[in-house]
Formats: sequence, structure tokens, C-alpha cells
Amino acid sequence: MSRADVLAGPVPPAAPAAPAALPGAVARLLRSELRLVFGRRRNVALLSGLAAVPLLLGIVLYVAQGTALSGQGPGFVARVTGNGLFLVVAALFMCLPFLLPLTIGIASGDAIAGEASSGTLRYLLTLPVRRGRLLAVKAVATLVFVTAAVLAIALVALATGAVLFGVSDLTLLSGTTIPAGAGLARVAGVTAYVAASLTGLVAVGLFFSTLTEVPVGAMAATVVVAIVSAVLDTLPQLAVIHPGLLTHHWLDFAEMLRLEVDWGVLGQGLAVQAAWVAVFGALAWGRFATADVTS
Amino acid sequence: MTSGPVSPLLAADAARRGDTVVASGAQAPVPASREATVEAPAVRTSGLTKRFGSAPAAVDGIDLHVPRGSVYGFLGPNGSGKTTTIRMLLGLVRPTSGQAWLLGEPMPGASAGVLPRVGVLVEGPAFQPYLGGRQNLTRLDACDATADPRTSRRRIDDALDRVGLAAAADKPYRQYSLGMKQRLGLAAALLRPRELLVLDEPTNGLDPQGTREVRTLVRELADAGTTVLVSSHLLSEIEQVCSHIGVMSRGRLLVQGERAALTEAGEARVVVTTTFADAGAAARVLVALGLVDVAADGTEVEASLAGTGVGVGAVSAALVHAGVELLGLELRRPSLEQLFVTLTGEGFDVAR
Repeated sequence: MSRADVLAGPVPPAAPAAPAALPGAVARLLRSELRLVFGRRRNVALLSGLAAVPLLLGIVLYVAQGTALSGQGPGFVARVTGNGLFLVVAALFMCLPFLLPLTIGIASGDAIAGEASSGTLRYLLTLPVRRGRLLAVKAVATLVFVTAAVLAIALVALATGAVLFGVSDLTLLSGTTIPAGAGLARVAGVTAYVAASLTGLVAVGLFFSTLTEVPVGAMAATVVVAIVSAVLDTLPQLAVIHPGLLTHHWLDFAEMLRLEVDWGVLGQGLAVQAAWVAVFGALAWGRFATADVTS
Repeated sequence: MTSGPVSPLLAADAARRGDTVVASGAQAPVPASREATVEAPAVRTSGLTKRFGSAPAAVDGIDLHVPRGSVYGFLGPNGSGKTTTIRMLLGLVRPTSGQAWLLGEPMPGASAGVLPRVGVLVEGPAFQPYLGGRQNLTRLDACDATADPRTSRRRIDDALDRVGLAAAADKPYRQYSLGMKQRLGLAAALLRPRELLVLDEPTNGLDPQGTREVRTLVRELADAGTTVLVSSHLLSEIEQVCSHIGVMSRGRLLVQGERAALTEAGEARVVVTTTFADAGAAARVLVALGLVDVAADGTEVEASLAGTGVGVGAVSAALVHAGVELLGLELRRPSLEQLFVTLTGEGFDVAR
């Protein structure tokens, strides 16, 4: 067939237009992702386990009430028997060093490395789901799961504390007493700060998740980062780097329990988290956008 | 047009030299004005190469050409680079050099627009183990930005029906047999109408009945106008449905083209069956015709037609004319399997 024949012949139909993305596509993707995360039995068990921490803590403190052991223990634990609201703070305080980082490790390890190890990542990417969008949705779903974990601890602690010790006016760290309603708001603030101060570690975990096809590897690395950060934070020789450490500001939630909350302190903590999110979010994106998917 | 059928021996020579031989007119120049239309090949690559680290190239400068509407059998032993090639076509792996086009669009740049029109089964099925088959398809469809959620349920049911998985649709994926997993993978590729199907080893793990069903499915889809690129290391399983063949070995595309042209290009032999007494005379006739490699064995005389231009009709006429008692005359063409062995110099299931 000559060129002339082609030109004289019927005009070939135009290539079919590329299918356009439908409105609400991102929301559908996110909903599906959340359903997957929260539908997974292991994750539900993890949330239940975390929720059991304040329950156990409350029961132990209740039983030990009136014995010689009563009133002992670190930080906020001693105050719980006096006011159930403190059980929220005490439970979060106990979960922060290890259990919550572990939760982040598990959730973020699943996010990309889990999909890679089961081979489902290649099918998501050939649907196609754009890599940037997938990473963003995975990050949001991981954050939602971690927030749910913090909330599960806080809500069970609140209920347990209220039942076992009652909720009364809150005596702040500075000794001033505020009404129970205002106290509840302060405790909610503590919970929100704890959840927000975990975002940096989520970004670190997601980055590890893009590096490997082994979810357990990403999980372990994430937990190690939190622990190493906490260890470095205890070395006075490294005082100069302390303010930038991922875990350094985690316990600043106590600021919420002072009469005059120093928003500067809390803001600094959140700024450090934002910096970690920016750096490791960018690293995760840089890695994932160009990575060869060979799993 | 100069590119006609090429003999496998030539192709094998070329393979040793590292060239790719195109054994049909499939890669005839396409007028530029039609390049971006439906007439653009379903798959085209140019010098596509992938190196992982310092290892020898997994895929080494291949020029794939899959015409629209064809069923392209992408063959080669395990480890010959088929899957890496497919991963590059789909934008999962970045080529070290070279380019790839799917449905006329450059990959991976045009992924978002092209991939919704392409159904994919790469290196075995993979799904969420704790979800049922239907739930898994629901998840995939929800993740597909261009799939209409209003028709989701119907399309999922259709796809499950089509692969014969409707009865097991709600069983958790991890309880599926290998064959059922493979079927679910095919169902995912068929979730919506596709212009191109890329099926990597679709018969893996299937029993003979399942393999037959996949072949029938491929044939149906091709009849409906879908281009199918199907890879396999088991020649016999897909040979029958392919209109085109590409053979890979050690990262190179040794030969590609229309299946008929490839097998016809092989050395055809003629086998004459006659009486014991006439065998000698028959052999002389064949030699006189200019046939080579003439060998008599009892009542059978065999000779090669390669390069002589003599047809089987001329052979029979000459034999009858010479008074040879002709009891049988058979034309033997090499099978694809033989062609493959000629090309690679080794059996089919050789891993690198």
C-alpha cells in the first residue's frame, strides 16, 4: 500500500481518548486503603492490644490502692488514683517509648514493603495508580491508623479512669486546680500533641518501606530509629543535637498540663516533626517515584 | 518491501552476531501520519535495554513489534528476559536505555492514559491473601481512577464468570489453589474492556483443562479485536493460538514475525515412499531435480527442498514421469520447537 493509498483511503479512526480520571477517585482509593488497613485482623488485634494497656494499668492501680505501693511509680502514674483523667496521660506516657513506635513500624512497613512483598504493588501500579498518589494515600492511611491507635489508648483510658477513679477537677503540674471540663480539654490537647508528634516517625517508616520488599525489615528499622533517638537524647555529650532529635520533644505534652501553656515549646516540637516529615517524605518520594518494581 | 521470510539458519547466524531478525513485513515503515492512530503497533520497543547492577544485561537492545490485533507469543526459556521486558513495557522497571511504546504512546510517560486500556498479568497473580476473590477485585477497581464505580459490581461479576470463578468468589484468596489464583489474575486483567492484554505466563500452575480454557479465552479475546501479548516458557501451550512469535534467549530477541512465515522459512523436507525396488530410481530423480541431502532408507527416500525452489508438485510429477511407483509423498516442515532449538542451540527449558 502506497502512501497515496493511505491518504486517499478512509480516514483511520482517531485513537481512543485516554480514559479520564473520574471525580472522587482519590477518595475512593483512600477509602479502599482504609478498609484494607482496618479490615486486617492483625491490625485490629494491635489496636485492641494497645487499648488494653490503660485498662490493665487502671486495674493494677485500683487494686494496689490503699497498699504501701499506692502513690508510687513514674510521673503521672502516681496521680491517677486521685483523678481518672490522669490515666489518659499515664497510659500515653507508658506507650510512647516503644509500643507506639512499634505500631508505626508495623503500619508503615505494611504500606509499601507489604504490598511489594505480596506482589500486589505491581498490580496497583499497572492499574495504574500514580506512584505519587499511592505514596500519599499510603501515608495518610498510616497516619490515620496511628492516630486511631493513640485515640484507642486515650478513650479506653478515659473510660477506665472515669469508672475506677472518677473524674474530678484537675490539679495541674503547677498546683493550680481547674474545673473537670477544662481538664478534659487539657487531656484532649495532650492526646492531640502525642498523635502529632508521631508524624515524623511515620515519614521515616514510610521511607524505609520504600527501600525494601521485606515489611519486617522496614518495621524493625523504624523501631530502631525511635530507640536510637531516645538513647542519643540521654547522652549529655550530644546536647547540641538534642533539639533536632525525633523523640526529644515527645514528652513536651506535659506543657498542656501547666497553668500557662507555653505554645512556643509545643510549636517547636511540632516544627521538628514537620522537618522530619519534609526530609523523609521527600526521600520516600524520591526513592519510590523512580524505583524499579521487581517484586 | 525487502524484508521477506528469513531462514532460521540465517536467523541463527544473526543471533550469534547479536542482530535481531524480522522474519516478515511486520516492521515495514508506517506512514508518519498514521503513527499515532489506532494503526500504531500495540507494542513497540527500540533498543530496549536493562542492566541490573554490573550483571550482564537482562534485556539487551530488543526491538519488539506487536501489530494490532495479533496474538503475539513471547517465548523464551526461564531467565531469558521476558518478564523484565514486560515490566519495562508497563513502566514498573526503568530501561537502562532504549524506548517503549504501548498503543502508540511512550512509556512510562503516558502510563496514566495508556494503562487503563491494558489488562495485565505479570509474573503470576498477586492479591491480598485475607480478602476473597470478589473483595480483591473490588479493591483493584476502587483503586483504578478511571473505572466507573457504578458499573463495578457488574463488571466484577462478569470477569469472575468469564474465568469460571463465580462459585469461589467469596473464598479468601489464600485458600485458592494455584489454578484459581491464576484465574483470578486473569479476571483482574478482564475487569474492563481492554485494547491490549499483556499476559505473562498465564498458564502457569494450570492443569491441562485450565490451559485449554486459557487458550480458548485468548482466542475469544483476539477474535473480538484485542491484541494479546502472551509470554511463556512452554512453547506447546501457546503455540496454537499465536499469530506472531518472538523468541528471546539470554536477553536478546532472536527472531520475531508471523508464525506461519517463521515455520515456512524453515527447511522443508520431502519424504517419498515407494517400493524397495524403486527406491534407487526415486533417489536419482530427486538428485536430478537438484534437491540436496538425499538419503534413501529402505522404501523411504528423503530430501531437502531448502533453497531449491522446487515445489512438492514438481517432485511428484518428476517421480511419476520417471515411472517410480509412488506410494506416498509427504512434505515435512519444522515445528516451532525445532525452530527454537535451531535458534538457541539448546533446549527450551534452560535457565540462565
